[in-house]
Amino acid sequence: MRAAFALLTRDVRLAFREGGAIGTALGFYLVVVAITPLGLGPDLNLLSRIAPGMLWVALLLAALLSADRIFHNDYEDGALDVLITGPLPLPVVAATKSIAHWLTTGVPLALLAPVLGLLLNLPLQAIPLLVLSMLAGTPAVSFVAAIGASLTLGLRRSGLLLALLVLPLYVPVLIFGVATASAAITGPASPWPPLLMLCALSLASIVLAPIAAAAALRTALR
Amino acid sequence: MPQTIGLAAYDISCQRGGRIIFHGLSFRLAPGEALLVSGPNGAGKTSLLRQIAGLLPLAAGRLGLTGAGPDAALPELCHYVGHLNAVKTSFSVRDNLAFWADFLAENGASLDRALAAFRLTSLAELPAGLLSAGQKRKLALSRLFAAPRPIWLLDEPQVSLDAASVRLLDAALKDHLEAGGIALVASHTPLKTKFAHRLELGGERVA
Repeated sequence: MRAAFALLTRDVRLAFREGGAIGTALGFYLVVVAITPLGLGPDLNLLSRIAPGMLWVALLLAALLSADRIFHNDYEDGALDVLITGPLPLPVVAATKSIAHWLTTGVPLALLAPVLGLLLNLPLQAIPLLVLSMLAGTPAVSFVAAIGASLTLGLRRSGLLLALLVLPLYVPVLIFGVATASAAITGPASPWPPLLMLCALSLASIVLAPIAAAAALRTALR
Repeated sequence: MPQTIGLAAYDISCQRGGRIIFHGLSFRLAPGEALLVSGPNGAGKTSLLRQIAGLLPLAAGRLGLTGAGPDAALPELCHYVGHLNAVKTSFSVRDNLAFWADFLAENGASLDRALAAFRLTSLAELPAGLLSAGQKRKLALSRLFAAPRPIWLLDEPQVSLDAASVRLLDAALKDHLEAGGIALVASHTPLKTKFAHRLELGGERVA
C-alpha cells in the first residue's frame, strides 16, 4: 500500500514537474473546441445540440495526447526495470500509473469541459450531467490508454499507432457519455441508464485493463 | 543485520530472438559470497542478471533460494542496477532516492546514510538533471543503501565512475558481503572485491 502510494504521488508530481504534459492536454482541448464554432458557423441551436458530442470527442483526443507518457518515460530511463523488482505485482503497478494518468489528465479535462461548453452554447442545465458523465467515463479512458501505451512501448513515434489501437475501444464510452449529457438537453429520456453503463465500463476497465497492460509490459521488457 | 539467503541456479538457459545465448549454467552462492560474471560482448552477462531479477524468462532450468521464507519472491530480494540509471531528471537527488526507498523497502532505511554512501550529501537538493554521468551512476548505486536487500545484481557498476568512487563501491560490496549478502557483478574491469566464484560466459567455465 505504501509502495503504491509512493508510486502514485511520484507520477502525479512528475506530471506537474515535467510541465507540458497537463498543459498540452488542456491547451489542445481548448483549441479544438474553440475552432469548432468557427468551422460550423454561428448557428446557436446547432452548436448547443452538438456540444456534448464535440466536448466528448475532443476530450478523448486530448487524453490520448499524454497517454504514451504512462509508461514511456519509465521505460526509457530504466525505472520500469526497478519497478518490476518492487513489492507490487505488475498489474498493480500498471493500475497505479493509470490512476495517476486519470488524476492528471481525465479530471482536469472533465473540470475544464463546462467552461469550454460556453463556447458551444451548451445549455446550463446540461453542465452537471456533462461533468458527471466525464468523471464517470474518464477512468475507462485512462485505463484503456494504458493498454495501448504498454503495447506500443519501445516503438518510435508510437503516438499515432496508440491512437489507432485505442480510439475504437473508446466508442462505447463516447456513446454512453454523450447519451448521458444529451439527455438533459434533448429531453424526455432519463440520463441515469447511460450513466450507469459508463460506470460499468469504467469499473470493468479498472479490473481488466491492468492485467492486459502488465502482460504487454512483460513482453516489452524481453 | 545478518543475512542468511543463498542463491543457486540449476542448468539455466537463456534464449533471445530464437538464439541460445547460454545453456546448462549452474552455480551456487552461499550467504556472503560474490560471483563475478565476465565474458565478451553479447555473451549474456546482462541477460543472466535480468533473468535473476525476473525481467527475462528462463528458457530452461530453475533458480533456487535457500534460507528465505516460503513466500519469498526472488525479484523482491534483488537490487538490479543495470545500464540505465532510473533517475528522474526533474526531481532532486534526495527526492529520487526517497521515492525508491519508499517504493522498494517495507521500512525505509536512513536516507542520509544512503546519500552519504557515495558522497552525494552535498548534492542532495540539486535537480538530478544537472548531474554528470558519473554522479547519476552514483545516485543509481545509492539505491542499494536506500532499501536493504540481500541480493545485489550489478551490471557494469563502475562505468563512468572515478577512481575514488570505485573504491567506495568496493568498500560497499565488502560490507555487504561481510553482512552475509550476495552479489552478482558483471564486469570487464577488475574490482578489488574478493569474488568467491567466477563465471566466464561464452567460453570455458570456471565455477
